[in-house]
Amino acid sequence: METLAVHHTHDSHADTRVPDPHQDTFSKTILGFWMYLMTDCILFATLFATYAVLHNSTFGGPSSRDIFSLSIASIETMILLFSSVTCGLGVLSAVHSKKNQIILWFALTFVLGASFVAIELHEFSHLVLEGNSWNRSAFLSSFFTLVGTHGLHVTVGLFWMIVMIVQVLLSGITVATFRRLVVFSMFWHFLDLVWIFIFTIVYLMGVI
Amino acid sequence: MFGRLTLEAFKHEPSQNFAVVMMVLTGIGIMGAITYSKKWKWLWDEWFTSVDPKKIGLMYIIVALLMFFKGFSDALMMRLQQALSVGDAHGFIAPGHFQEIFSAHGTTMIFFVGMGVVFGLMNLVIPLQIGARDVAYPFLNALGFWLFAAASVLSLFSLAIGKFSATGWLAYPPLSGIEYSPDEGVDYWIWIVQIAGIGSTLSGINFIVTILKMRCPGMTFMKMPIFVWSGLCAMVLVIFAFPILTATLVLLSLDRYLGMHFFTAGFGGNPMMYINLIWAWGHPEVYILILPAFGIFSEVVPTFSEKRLFGYASMVWALIVITFLSFVVWLHHFFTMGASSGVNAFFGIMTMLIAIPTGVKLFNWLFTKFRGRVHFTSPMLWFFAFVLNFSIGGMTGILLSAPPVDYQAHNSLFLIAHFHGMVIGGMLFGFFCGFTYWFPKFTGFFLSERLNIYAFWCWFTGFLLAFMPLYMLGFMGATRRLDHYEASTGWQPLFIIVGIGALIILCGVGVQIYGLFMSIKDRKKNLDVTGNPWNGRTLEWSTPSPPPIYNFAITPIVDDLDPLWAIKEGHAPPQNKNYEDIHLPKNTPMGLYIGILSLIFGFAMTWYMTWLALASFVAIVICLIIRLSGEDEHEMITAKQVKEMEAAHLSKQGAR
Amino acid sequence: MSHELSLKEIKKEWHGTLKSYVIGFITSILLTAASFYIVIAKVFTGSVLVLTITMLALAQAIFQLRYFLHLGQEAKPRWESVVFYFMIMVLLIIAIGSLWIMHDLNDRVMSDMTNMPMEKHHD
Repeated sequence: METLAVHHTHDSHADTRVPDPHQDTFSKTILGFWMYLMTDCILFATLFATYAVLHNSTFGGPSSRDIFSLSIASIETMILLFSSVTCGLGVLSAVHSKKNQIILWFALTFVLGASFVAIELHEFSHLVLEGNSWNRSAFLSSFFTLVGTHGLHVTVGLFWMIVMIVQVLLSGITVATFRRLVVFSMFWHFLDLVWIFIFTIVYLMGVI
Repeated sequence: MFGRLTLEAFKHEPSQNFAVVMMVLTGIGIMGAITYSKKWKWLWDEWFTSVDPKKIGLMYIIVALLMFFKGFSDALMMRLQQALSVGDAHGFIAPGHFQEIFSAHGTTMIFFVGMGVVFGLMNLVIPLQIGARDVAYPFLNALGFWLFAAASVLSLFSLAIGKFSATGWLAYPPLSGIEYSPDEGVDYWIWIVQIAGIGSTLSGINFIVTILKMRCPGMTFMKMPIFVWSGLCAMVLVIFAFPILTATLVLLSLDRYLGMHFFTAGFGGNPMMYINLIWAWGHPEVYILILPAFGIFSEVVPTFSEKRLFGYASMVWALIVITFLSFVVWLHHFFTMGASSGVNAFFGIMTMLIAIPTGVKLFNWLFTKFRGRVHFTSPMLWFFAFVLNFSIGGMTGILLSAPPVDYQAHNSLFLIAHFHGMVIGGMLFGFFCGFTYWFPKFTGFFLSERLNIYAFWCWFTGFLLAFMPLYMLGFMGATRRLDHYEASTGWQPLFIIVGIGALIILCGVGVQIYGLFMSIKDRKKNLDVTGNPWNGRTLEWSTPSPPPIYNFAITPIVDDLDPLWAIKEGHAPPQNKNYEDIHLPKNTPMGLYIGILSLIFGFAMTWYMTWLALASFVAIVICLIIRLSGEDEHEMITAKQVKEMEAAHLSKQGAR
Repeated sequence: MSHELSLKEIKKEWHGTLKSYVIGFITSILLTAASFYIVIAKVFTGSVLVLTITMLALAQAIFQLRYFLHLGQEAKPRWESVVFYFMIMVLLIIAIGSLWIMHDLNDRVMSDMTNMPMEKHHD
């Protein structure tokens, strides 16, 4: 992939009355992606609200107290938190243009993220195999959907990470790849943020 | 291989066959005409792969108008049925088909006509009004359009292949759940709305960032045209409300596809939660439809009153207050679901409050006209019709906002009359106003004003005849969505009047179509040479008609609310005089491809064609990765070329 | 485009530092551990417990917003922050509104069926 030949016209009309001088692609992309994350917050809020309304509708099936394991939840929490940090350190390496370090940190983030998904899938399959699948009750439907949607987002992140690692390997750090790494890191941090509320509202409040 | 799709899907009620045949023939006719005139390459290069908001805006409006025919046909069928189907007579539409018709009518009108004209006009007008050359995310904008178009095509498929949903435009469970609606209808509805909704959300993000970041020098927030403000507020509603819809549709899908129990009648499900969530989206949605219409009036009224808008600041605050309030009123759509009086009263009061900023706007428009020099052009006629019809509809809304009254009138024809006053009297009349106002700017020629006026009077008369009796019918006990009733009710005469009203509207639509074709035929005789035929105030009127691809050869600098009148009055700031190289984004077919793949995906999911759903989904992902891996590519128009293009425009003007 | 920035310039627009990630990491660990400990060791019970872990979650969210997502450090006019606060407002309205409405409706439905399998219909 060729790097961008930046069509650079020096702005001699730097006008102090410009409402927002940051019309460059980087700040526009960051703002736009942030807005998408805000819409995702509302999406998760809807799922949380649904969980809150339906979490006691167990219909004779198991309740949260019966099926949640805090040890699994705490491991998942730690894994995701570590991966959030490794991701941030990856972008930091990009700032310092250390290509090998970038690959290392993101590979680590990937491994952690994949472990998170694996543990979650294990938790889900265990529930399904013992007969407590999502069609057992409204409670289970809302649990699987809320936690599963988060897990799906993480999975999308994993695929995205692979694409990013490939782009960095092939093109190095360019204006475009740096921008995309930052955007990815926003996404990944956001997922850790949502997880705070999942482990608190679903798992912790679920066992008390 | 074909999931649950069988040849049965191609068999329809007799009353449906006609519609299917007409639609297929129309489609073949259009494609034939394009082939005959050898325009496919032109369409591909200039339109299908375009990322120019002016083109995208026109495409939105074209799709919206085509979908209007579908939605209006539904309305005509319903009113004809209701005029005839009394006592022993049962009209010509079977009950099952009738249910599909009213479901399709609402879905089409809201998602494709309403959202289509809103996004269409915003694409056309907003970049120009803020002095920008483009939107913030040209590709995302195009993608939003193609998802919209894909959803509309899917809804056309639902007419011809299989059945559409019979559960209304909002598909309440448990009726819309898998147990009571196992067939493909609700699934069609889900994917149509889901795909369109995602398109809307992406476009919403695009326009907000465009308005926040791409205004020309000097255009502070309080110097933006009100149409831009109304677009900003509407898009804020879009990005915060549509995710609720997305999530709720996912939950309904999970119930239907994976046997989950969010909204089922048993297993702990709670159908009332669906109604709560869908209206938490649904109420902001109706404000998304109306705010841009308010914005249009704020542009047209001052221009045709030769007077600045009265109370600009209060207009802005009214928009902001309406935006906020529209998030806290949603329960008024289900007062009768049985909440306690405290809950109902709270939402009733919040609903009544919205009347205040709305009234402020109405009075400001009227004050703008006071002591102005009013031109009774067809856009102004639409405004006056709006004042009458929207006010009546709005006042009945205040009536309905009192829970005890709503208990009597909920889901009666009184309600139908109220909200059609809002969407037709408000949104549609606003669109017609804006359409006739901006038409010369974007096409370069004029619509026949005479035919515009005839069409207006048909619509105005027809609307009153078709909807005022509904208030009476509602009080007489007529509920909505009736395909048959007893003669002893005494309703038939009123239903006949309503049917006549619908036919008069049909005449209006006919005049509009005829007018459009005649105007296109005579366009060379009715060119807009000045670019500013109405002595407009805002920046779009400073460009040629139609504007060049780059909008402005030199980015304007403004210092005033009405920049063009400031120039006339001699106090505009000095403008840059040097042409610069202009960078524009390259055309791309990716939006179209992803749209087509989404259409296939929606169809496959509806018919349980798992392999096809998976394949199209993977293809969409691949397209996205390709698109988002490329380097930022632009086309460049050199300063010299810009200068030549501008000189050509000026000489054409001079030659007249 | 005359507004495009170079790689060097856009790197300055990203506000992450080693320090911010260390602070964010440590506070998150502490707040998470506190939450889990309080629940497991039953330091509080009932609504006090619920309130406490909610506060801890909100605190951690604020730290992560600041130190991982760098919210509040963007250039003026800080649109990211504006949009964030607006989102919070809408979120609270929808969440609290929905919970209030559904709680009210569920009360009035008077159903104790949601937790029990349905009995066979009596003919």
